[in-house]
Amino acid sequence: MEDKSLAQKMHIDMHLLFGILLLCGIGLIMIYSAGGQDIKLVLRQAVIMLIALMLMIAVAQINPYQLQRWSIWFYLFSIILLIIVLYAGHIGKGAQRWLNLGLFKFQPSEIMKLGVPMVIAWYISGSSLPPAIMRVLTSCLMIMIPVLLIAKQPDLGTALLVATAGFAVLFIAGISWRFIISVMVIIASAAPVLWHFMHDYQKRRVLTFLNPEQDPLGAGYHTIQSKIAIGSGGLFGKGWLNGTQSHLEFLPERSTDFIFAVFSEEFGLMGVILLLTAYSYIIARGLLIALNAQQTYGKLLASGLILTFFVYVFVNVGMVTGQLPVVGVPLPLISHGGTSIVTLMLGFGILMSISTHRRMLSG
Amino acid sequence: MPVKFAFKDSVEETRLVKKRVLIAGIAISFLIVFLLLRLIYLQIMQHDHFITLSQNNRVKVVPIPPIRGLIYSRDGVLLAENQPAFSLEVIPEKVTDLDALLSEISTIVMIEEDDIRRFRKAIKEKRRFESVPLKYNLDEAEVARFSVDNHRFPAVEVVARPYRRYPLKDLTAHILGYVGRIDENDLENLDVSNYLGSTHTGKIGIEKAYEKILHGQVGHQQVEVNAQGRVIRVLERTPPQPGKNIYLTIDAGLQKEAMDSLKGKRGAIVAMDPNNGDILALASTPSYDPNLFVNGIDHLTYNKLLSSKDTPLVNRVLQGTYPPGSTIKPFMGLVALSYSVRRPDDDIWCPGWYTLKGSSHLYRDWKKQGHGQVDLHYAIMQSCDVYYYDLANDLGIDRLHDGLTYFGFGEKTGIDIGGEAVGLVPSPEWKRKVYNQPWFPGETLIAGIGQGSLLITPLQLVRATASLANDGHLFAPHLAFESADQISNNHDLLQSIQSEDIEIYNQMQWNTIKKAMVDVVHDEHGTARGSGYNAKYMFAGKTGTAQVIAIAQDEEYKEDDVPEEFQDHALFIAYAPAEKPMIAVVVVVENGGSGSRSAAPVARRLFDYYLKDTVKGSG
Repeated sequence: MEDKSLAQKMHIDMHLLFGILLLCGIGLIMIYSAGGQDIKLVLRQAVIMLIALMLMIAVAQINPYQLQRWSIWFYLFSIILLIIVLYAGHIGKGAQRWLNLGLFKFQPSEIMKLGVPMVIAWYISGSSLPPAIMRVLTSCLMIMIPVLLIAKQPDLGTALLVATAGFAVLFIAGISWRFIISVMVIIASAAPVLWHFMHDYQKRRVLTFLNPEQDPLGAGYHTIQSKIAIGSGGLFGKGWLNGTQSHLEFLPERSTDFIFAVFSEEFGLMGVILLLTAYSYIIARGLLIALNAQQTYGKLLASGLILTFFVYVFVNVGMVTGQLPVVGVPLPLISHGGTSIVTLMLGFGILMSISTHRRMLSG
Repeated sequence: MPVKFAFKDSVEETRLVKKRVLIAGIAISFLIVFLLLRLIYLQIMQHDHFITLSQNNRVKVVPIPPIRGLIYSRDGVLLAENQPAFSLEVIPEKVTDLDALLSEISTIVMIEEDDIRRFRKAIKEKRRFESVPLKYNLDEAEVARFSVDNHRFPAVEVVARPYRRYPLKDLTAHILGYVGRIDENDLENLDVSNYLGSTHTGKIGIEKAYEKILHGQVGHQQVEVNAQGRVIRVLERTPPQPGKNIYLTIDAGLQKEAMDSLKGKRGAIVAMDPNNGDILALASTPSYDPNLFVNGIDHLTYNKLLSSKDTPLVNRVLQGTYPPGSTIKPFMGLVALSYSVRRPDDDIWCPGWYTLKGSSHLYRDWKKQGHGQVDLHYAIMQSCDVYYYDLANDLGIDRLHDGLTYFGFGEKTGIDIGGEAVGLVPSPEWKRKVYNQPWFPGETLIAGIGQGSLLITPLQLVRATASLANDGHLFAPHLAFESADQISNNHDLLQSIQSEDIEIYNQMQWNTIKKAMVDVVHDEHGTARGSGYNAKYMFAGKTGTAQVIAIAQDEEYKEDDVPEEFQDHALFIAYAPAEKPMIAVVVVVENGGSGSRSAAPVARRLFDYYLKDTVKGSG
């Protein structure tokens, strides 16, 4: 492999990069529209994207073996940060999620989206697949510790994604269906207990999800306005910058969690198909990388990351279209906000690393 | 942990992972299709539904109230106008410290506790960016004082809104009535959709009667609003159609003369054009200032008006019912002639009293010593009561009742403003029904001289007087004659002139009565000769004095002995000029004593004013 292209030299997966850049572009266009045509907002987001892209490329240079070795330390470090957050975190929006590092604020729960799949992939790949039941149970414990810490902040959305990342790895690792089904039954029967421990606003969200019309001006307002935005967009949409639901401020959280509604209103079903195609392309590429990964750690981690990415998209779109309760999950790569995009790009960096280092090994 | 695994296991593992990844891929595909179906459902199948909801969200229809039509007199004097009234309004969202602001404003403009209470309540009901009135009706000094300090109060503004104003105040109150704030009763009668932006509606008088024409048609503005309801831009505008101006038949100058003549008295004057029923003046005193009612009258003032013994709120021309006294005599004379109960030259001897056969009851003449030999002409000129006692006795109550009804007594005239009284022409049926008593012949005599239970309104009387002047036509009286579009200035007649011919009209008989009425004023024996003195034109009239209390048989009515409220009402009916009548009037001065002294000179004054140009022109 003497004549390696520039992309290969730089450990960049062109397919992934193409999908990512497409979505980032859409994101900037939408943030301009949803953010009240504030060019400063767009530029700030662009700078964050650029930094995140550079981080992604940097991570892509790291050999997966290296990542595998660092997994447990990265996980433990993140756990410590989560504990610090609980006691010394910065409070915003009624939840304690942030660490103030002076220069910028930082959400340790975010890096757990990487830390958990990494540590589970490392732990499971330590023995042959499918994992023994003890290993699975230990893995569950390793997943639940950070998940509970995050849920306690409270940040249900992130907790959900972190848990997904961990269990996705376990699923790919081939845990038995019997185990999966029994866990589901346990969760279903534990739901009432869980309900008891939920915060009021979380309970309200679930109730609202079950019947949004019951409280149209209160908690159900988000879902109803969001459905109006999407539905009124029709086949071709109202056109960029012409979405009345968002520009007249009927739609809440328009540049963050509900940006998909703005997009659907302005670009219609055609735009939505393009968007979902772009996501599917990235996901398909991610799954392919997982299949082609040479070591088990790489396969498991790549699958975990890309499945989490899908759940990200699914939960957000499901929530905005009124099929899932409103949990604070942004639309990946498009929603405004720094932390989530950095984590996502780091994840893509890992995928690229797994994807590109494979060839060198074989060669 | 070192990475070492058996090759065999690795193949197994690769297969296992591959299977799971494929399962995940399939599951993902299904879920994405599921999302897509959901979006197709929302965006295609439910699109119409949601596009409507989104339109409802963003588009609000805001009514634009029309400008109320103005009211002018026939001679072009503005009687009702829309003037800006200033109020002090506060925009809550711009206020940081409300209490500080209020105390600071109150150093500049007087603000009552009531204002503050109402303001605090209103603030809660409105949106943060909608201005809330703090004080209404600022006077000019307050506006000026506030304007100087305006820059200190970015959240406060002086807002001018048009309010109805009646510049002639009490002079036209009983004609125009007034507008007031719309209340629940009004809502039952109004087309609510047309009053969406309106705050006021006509309550009585012309303002009420012509509400539809004066109000106009509400306009609409489709505006785009954001989630807080703030107007972003105007999408579409249907301008309101302003109300039409109304021109009255009232002559403002004559109206002022009439009101001035009654200054300090209780009374009624109504002047009518006998050729068409135009009401030229309508005065009822005491009057009130209608401007007080426009923005809500305070209780104290209202109760004072309501409980006043002088009843300023009563329109005496329409609602006042008086015994006509001797002013009934010309009509009674015509009734007798038409039933052939009398011929013009039939005469009787008047000794100053009259008795019915078989009764000792004395019916007195106003002239104690009697009038001597009296025929119809003399009986009218001298207002002989004895002649009319005898006439009424011969006529009988039934023909008396029917005859007076021909002149429109006892029925509404149908004037174009509301509140008219019916009056009463008594009959045996009426008495039986109301009092369950038989009719006594003596009552017929009393009715014959316009006393007893016979009651008329000044408006009925002027219409009947006009029918003498115009040879037998009863016109429907009216106050408004045309409307004018505020934009195109097209004038439209508000009513066709309606008249009915009096069935018993006979030219010769009419002339007999008219001649006698001219002599009331111009003959040296006429009861109102003083008021005809030196006039540049001839006019016809009849005095009347209506008793307020009955006088006992052996008593004599002496003006000085009777308290003012029991003194007789003075009446006078007249039209002028005699040969070509242009104006008919009725003057009633309550407790004014004799008609010739109190009422007739008022009619002369009005004629002099109204005919000044005509008389000069004719030489």
